[in-house]
Amino acid sequence: MEILKPAIAGTLESSDAQVTVEPGERGIELTLTSSVMNPYGRQIKATVLETLERLEVKNARVIVVDKGALDCTLKARVECAVFRSCGQSAANIPWGGAVR
Amino acid sequence: MIPRPKPERFRLRRTMMFMNAQKPGLIKDAYIYGCDSIMLDLEDAVAENQKDAARFSLYHALTTIDYGGTEVIVRINGLDTPHWREDVRVCVAGGADGIRIAKCESAQDVHTVEQAVEEAEQEFGAEVGRTLLMAALESPKGILNAYEICSASERMFGVAISGGDFRKCMQTTPQHDGIDMLFARGQMLLAARAAGIQCFDTVFTDLDDQEGFEAEVRQNKAMGFDGKSLINPKQIRFVHEVFAPTEKEVIQAEKIVRAIKENAEQGLGVFTVDGKMIDIAFLPGAERTLRLARACGMYEGDLV
Amino acid sequence: MKNAVGREIPDALLVNGREVYQGKNYMDGKYLQKAAPRTRRYETPRESKVVDSIVQALKDCGAKSGMTFSFHHHLRDGDYVVNMVMQAAIEELGLEELTIAASSLGAAHDPIAGYIEAGKVVGLQTSGIRGRMGEVVSAGKLKTPAIIRSHGGRPRAIEGGEVHIDIAFIAAPTSDCAGNCRGIGGKSDCGSMGYAMTDAKYADHVVVVTDCLVDFPNLPASVEAIDVDAVVVVDSIGNPQKIASAAARISQNPRDLMMAENVAKVIASTPWFKDGFSFQTGVGGPSLAANLFLEQYMDQRNIKMGWAIGGICGPMVELLKKGKVGKVIDVQDFDLDAVQSIHTTPGHCEMSASQYANPANKGAFVNKLDFVVLAALEIDTGFNVNVLTGSDGVLRGAPGGHPDATAGSKVCVIVAPLVRGRMATVCEHVVTVTTPGDCVDVLVTDYGVAVNPLRPDLMECLDKAGIPHVPIEALKEKAYSLVGRPDSLKWEDKVVAVLEARDGTILDVVRKIKPFTLD
Repeated sequence: MEILKPAIAGTLESSDAQVTVEPGERGIELTLTSSVMNPYGRQIKATVLETLERLEVKNARVIVVDKGALDCTLKARVECAVFRSCGQSAANIPWGGAVR
Repeated sequence: MIPRPKPERFRLRRTMMFMNAQKPGLIKDAYIYGCDSIMLDLEDAVAENQKDAARFSLYHALTTIDYGGTEVIVRINGLDTPHWREDVRVCVAGGADGIRIAKCESAQDVHTVEQAVEEAEQEFGAEVGRTLLMAALESPKGILNAYEICSASERMFGVAISGGDFRKCMQTTPQHDGIDMLFARGQMLLAARAAGIQCFDTVFTDLDDQEGFEAEVRQNKAMGFDGKSLINPKQIRFVHEVFAPTEKEVIQAEKIVRAIKENAEQGLGVFTVDGKMIDIAFLPGAERTLRLARACGMYEGDLV
Repeated sequence: MKNAVGREIPDALLVNGREVYQGKNYMDGKYLQKAAPRTRRYETPRESKVVDSIVQALKDCGAKSGMTFSFHHHLRDGDYVVNMVMQAAIEELGLEELTIAASSLGAAHDPIAGYIEAGKVVGLQTSGIRGRMGEVVSAGKLKTPAIIRSHGGRPRAIEGGEVHIDIAFIAAPTSDCAGNCRGIGGKSDCGSMGYAMTDAKYADHVVVVTDCLVDFPNLPASVEAIDVDAVVVVDSIGNPQKIASAAARISQNPRDLMMAENVAKVIASTPWFKDGFSFQTGVGGPSLAANLFLEQYMDQRNIKMGWAIGGICGPMVELLKKGKVGKVIDVQDFDLDAVQSIHTTPGHCEMSASQYANPANKGAFVNKLDFVVLAALEIDTGFNVNVLTGSDGVLRGAPGGHPDATAGSKVCVIVAPLVRGRMATVCEHVVTVTTPGDCVDVLVTDYGVAVNPLRPDLMECLDKAGIPHVPIEALKEKAYSLVGRPDSLKWEDKVVAVLEARDGTILDVVRKIKPFTLD
């Protein structure tokens, strides 16, 4: 998917993550901050990148502010932000396909 | 993906606890409180501009969290909104046990959702007929059409009244003796029993009024409800206490089930237990009591 | 050398007879040589000990570089006195190489971090380190490793001379001109002054700092004039809003309540839950809520609590006022209800930290405890508890009385949610061992109960009462299945803090954390 416009999903509440995506030209530029950086930073980064890859996002600036979200929440926030940026978040989501 | 067993149309549903599907901290383990069903809410709890985000959260919660034996139902948005079709798709794709139809007013409403569910089951390769349905009656029209709604589909396991909206339509407010919804509750119970499905009462929202809550739960039990919707885990224990059978009822039920089984082997249809005439018609009730007793930790035998 | 909880303790620390942790009650029966202070004689009668300023008091007490100053933490996050004294000593008198020996330090003491970075403060001995101070110590900026002690370990170390206090500064809500101090009657009331008492008896010099000078004699005194050299009157010793919170309310969080209910169930299943039982609880959500459910069991069985100890807050005072507990013995107060009750509600008494928890004296209250309910940041499969270091390895907590009450009590229940956000509370190895597993008996989480295999008697109690329990490994696996297995923290060799067990042996060390990079 191509990131068309800036979009944001999620909150800064505990156990959540706020994900912002913006159009970019130099691959995936990820900025990650997390309340559990030492024990889980590596895994959070991997989850975010895998999710973007599944959605075939090639170029984007991605800002993740993680407040201790579980992987399932991180995925949901990344996906929602990406679909919102393409104006496609309201219907016909590929559940079980690119979203899984 | 966590595989969930095929949903059981008639199972124990004393407590159904509402949870905002948009709140990761809440939905990750709502089952730990021991309610029979959790109701993940895409409707009123989710702001209009977060409906999309809630579906992504819901999908991943449904597919990654092991809810164990707790039933997972999703309340979808009303048929008059642009959201409900995608809600149905995500429920079926994620493997929810059932869908609660908000603001249901007619058998046609059930059919409309059922058709969308069936299409989604085909789209996502789920067994057709797997996803159960229940209806929330929130208007006078819904109550008047209760029987046609209850009997509209083989997927329907139950019906619930939604007090907030209903009372507004009826120009009333919650009363301590329940007079405000007495007729509606009665009508809905009649319809549910006539159609052979379960019937659930509305939420009690004033968490500070424990006395009022307890009175309402006792009245629910006395009227014959199967269970109640809840908004807070701390309400669960009392409902389970009230809906638990008495020790005497459990012993009696055990005797009846055993006697029916033993007499059936000998070809006897009618016989007496403790001086009372018993026949096969007593079996479902006695088995229900034993299942309830097992859920309450009062029965450990193997008759059910 | 590896100690009894499997922690590697550097040999360099094992000097002057210092040993590694050997297990519970290892020091039992040994002798302790108490260290007497060298105190000044005041033979000539004086009308008043009030001096003009902290600087003056420091001068009068012969303050010089290299000294150790002590403080108590009864003013909690509202305390002004530690900063005030250190500023006077360092900025006005130019002293250096100072050591702070406090019963605890907290968020109020961020400015001390600057003195650590500047090399003016070179030693810390405390129960708690938090905020900026925790960060700079964890970053290796303190010249010597901080020494972390429990509330019972501190009076033991002071009495035994391991800590020699040159000047004790005692923040006092009220004092008279001779230095009789009380925790009530002023504008910054804190109630009990239990943590200051050992300091007053064992320091060479004692300076009282108050913002409310009252008529002589201020009795009954928590710290007595016979131990006090000087009294300084300042505008304010602390921020009352942060000293004692408004009434501590019992949590309404359903998760806390569910866990608290299970804690009460566990307690009620044991043979010690009988008329006259003794009890201590922490003030965290589920620990405090246990009071509520315990009361229901007490009513059901028609029994009363004999006595309760600890840091005290409103709900325990309520039980005392209702006549459901005989005595409340109080080392510290956490809310206004408790502050206002001590010395006025019959049966609500004050005690010193040594009376409360010192493992080396002849009769600490913790040793007579039946039950204690406490929280944990982390607990591992060996039942070792961490209440000091965060998931990033940085110092941000305090053992407090945790190691003492767990060691002394007959049944110690730890109550904590299985996970907090993405952090597993039940884990394979805690970051730092602050309470050894051989003192911990039962763990109650929102996902189930586990009993320490060292306590088969308790397993039997739970089985009889039909309370399900699982091996702690099962809880750990459940936690990791939810949040994923954490990566290990990366440490450097440098030791930034030494965790002393309550008996003075070394339980664990905290090392400097390596800066985290993602790539």
